Amino acid sequence: MDPVFIAIQLLNGLQYGLLLFLIASGLTLIFGIMGIINLAHGAMYMIGAYLAYDLTLRTGSFWLALLLAVPVAVVLGLLIERLFLGTLYRRDHLYQVLLTFGLILVLNEAQRIIWGSDVLSVPVPASLNGNIALTGNLQYPVYRLFVAAICLLVAGGIYWIIRHTRLGIVIRAGAVNRDMVEGLGIDVRTLFTLIFSIGVGLAAFAGMLSAPMTSLYPGMGDNILITCFVIVVIGGIGSIKGAFLGSLLIGQAATFGPVLLPALASVIIYLIMAAVLIIKPRGLFA
Amino acid sequence: MKQTRIRKHTRHLLTGLGLFLLASLQPLLAQQNEAGQAAPVKLGLMLPYSGTYAPLGESITNGLKLAIKQNGDQLGGRPVEYVVLDSEADASKAPQNMSRLVKGDKVDVVIGPVHSGVAMGMLKVAKQTGAIMIIPNAGLGAATGQLCMPNVFRTSFSMWQDSYPMGKVAYDRGHRKVVTITWNYAGGKEDIAGFEESFTKAGGEIVKQILVPFPETQFQPYLTDIASIKPDAVYTFFAGAGAVRFVRDYAKVGLKDSVPLLGSGFLTDGNLDAQGEAAEGILTTLHYADGLDSDVDRTFREAYGKAYERELDTYAVQGYDAGMMLVQALDQTDGDSADRDALISALASVKLNSPRGPVTFSKAHHPIQNIYLRQVKGGRNQVIDVASRALEDPARGCRM
Repeated sequence: MDPVFIAIQLLNGLQYGLLLFLIASGLTLIFGIMGIINLAHGAMYMIGAYLAYDLTLRTGSFWLALLLAVPVAVVLGLLIERLFLGTLYRRDHLYQVLLTFGLILVLNEAQRIIWGSDVLSVPVPASLNGNIALTGNLQYPVYRLFVAAICLLVAGGIYWIIRHTRLGIVIRAGAVNRDMVEGLGIDVRTLFTLIFSIGVGLAAFAGMLSAPMTSLYPGMGDNILITCFVIVVIGGIGSIKGAFLGSLLIGQAATFGPVLLPALASVIIYLIMAAVLIIKPRGLFA
Repeated sequence: MKQTRIRKHTRHLLTGLGLFLLASLQPLLAQQNEAGQAAPVKLGLMLPYSGTYAPLGESITNGLKLAIKQNGDQLGGRPVEYVVLDSEADASKAPQNMSRLVKGDKVDVVIGPVHSGVAMGMLKVAKQTGAIMIIPNAGLGAATGQLCMPNVFRTSFSMWQDSYPMGKVAYDRGHRKVVTITWNYAGGKEDIAGFEESFTKAGGEIVKQILVPFPETQFQPYLTDIASIKPDAVYTFFAGAGAVRFVRDYAKVGLKDSVPLLGSGFLTDGNLDAQGEAAEGILTTLHYADGLDSDVDRTFREAYGKAYERELDTYAVQGYDAGMMLVQALDQTDGDSADRDALISALASVKLNSPRGPVTFSKAHHPIQNIYLRQVKGGRNQVIDVASRALEDPARGCRM
């Protein structure tokens, strides 16, 4: 392969990986700190995309839609945590898995009732609708670069919060030993609400950002959920750093894998996961 | 106290009496029905009404019911009863659902399914029971190929039939080296095989076959790969959400201007709203098109538009033709659906003057029909030529 095309594929992989990180980071936080396997994470990604569609249609502006949709998604996360999850913390993990699985069904059905089963799309905002010419016949959409930049910013923001704020200390401590954090007099209940809302909000935000470069259809979040679970397992449960590097790794693997090893296209990310688990059974950064 | 008990007894007695009366009246009512009006023809609809394929199920149902409504809501002089079952496009439930319609509800004809996986399950039951089945969509070759049987008909298409004519079109337009891309599943591969057969026969070369794991829609790496190969054209089969995203991504990375995109009609059918500007100019082949401008098509579009809110699509035509097929066949048997052999040969001899053009049925019970070359113009799949006239599916492996 031509070095130019290798460079372009690297860029493709980076952009995809960064987007995956937005979803995987919330998943790993919720899992690591709250001990909840949030199966509805992908459904929230979908809800984010449909919110972007709906509000873009109503307000006429993608940016305004983004501004409105983020708080809606966070509040939805808050409600789910307060009304449903909150009642199940004392119970076995299985109850929480059942609940979040049920949420997938409810959210998918709600999506169908509100927006229908037809495939929808969101136009790329005019200000970012340009392309950058890369080779004679290939261009790179500016919007994709923009999404990559936003994802990097968010990743930086998360890193800063976790490393340099009091909340970050609590989150890190919570990922290591939840009981000790509680013993130190920190209100774990509020922390849980916060983590869940933010985590779910990030997934929805990823959905909103993806909306203009993907197509919207019922159950669109189910696939991405599996990829993100793989990332969480590779990176180590509860580790943001692990989720970040895992996302970049899977982003590249999902880009180069199908082109270089077409026969393994559908299993490549699982092979990587298996390899990581053999070497480091608890993930790279647990 | 005593009085309430008596009252209670009375009530029970009266209820019992009422039930008894109702039960004894029922045969009387049924007889009345038989004398006054013939028993209804029972049509079992096994289509998806939930999930991703729900819009297709709805379109087919609309088309079917429109055809029968236009016939005065009767088939061969008998009223029609619909037994509607949501197939959920779930292949694992297909044999059980089909058995329920055939053995439980005792329907005369089953219409379904949309999804080829579901069709496989239904065909098994059709084989065992001899139930008459009309497939209004599922395009797997086997249904009228290796698995063909006298009691199974299809009013739609086969993957091969819709893609085969495109190979010659591509070659005639000067394309010699083509990359194909589809999902790695039976439908996609059958479609690509049809294109490849005629394209290589004409003298063209498939320089790369890309199979994307189903249902992945992350196309960026593949598009970069295509750009590095620099083929004359790309032939593709995607449908639904994948089709929308592929067409948009293809345009977005600028490939559309240098490497023409060709496809089976499902790439753009029903997706043009979502694809927008990105789809303009794309060439596809399919058994239906916009702008056919025949009287039948015009009348059909008008009636459909009046009856339903949903926009007309190819699936509605397939449903409509299933309905028209039943109308003709039961007219021919004077409404007799008990004599299965007579009904089957009546169905096989149906000649449709369909909105898509003339349709007759091959020995394998597959439609012999025109395949149109269409180009997306102004948000419509405008017909620009007949890519292949009265094309018959080769029905490979069918012994009937």
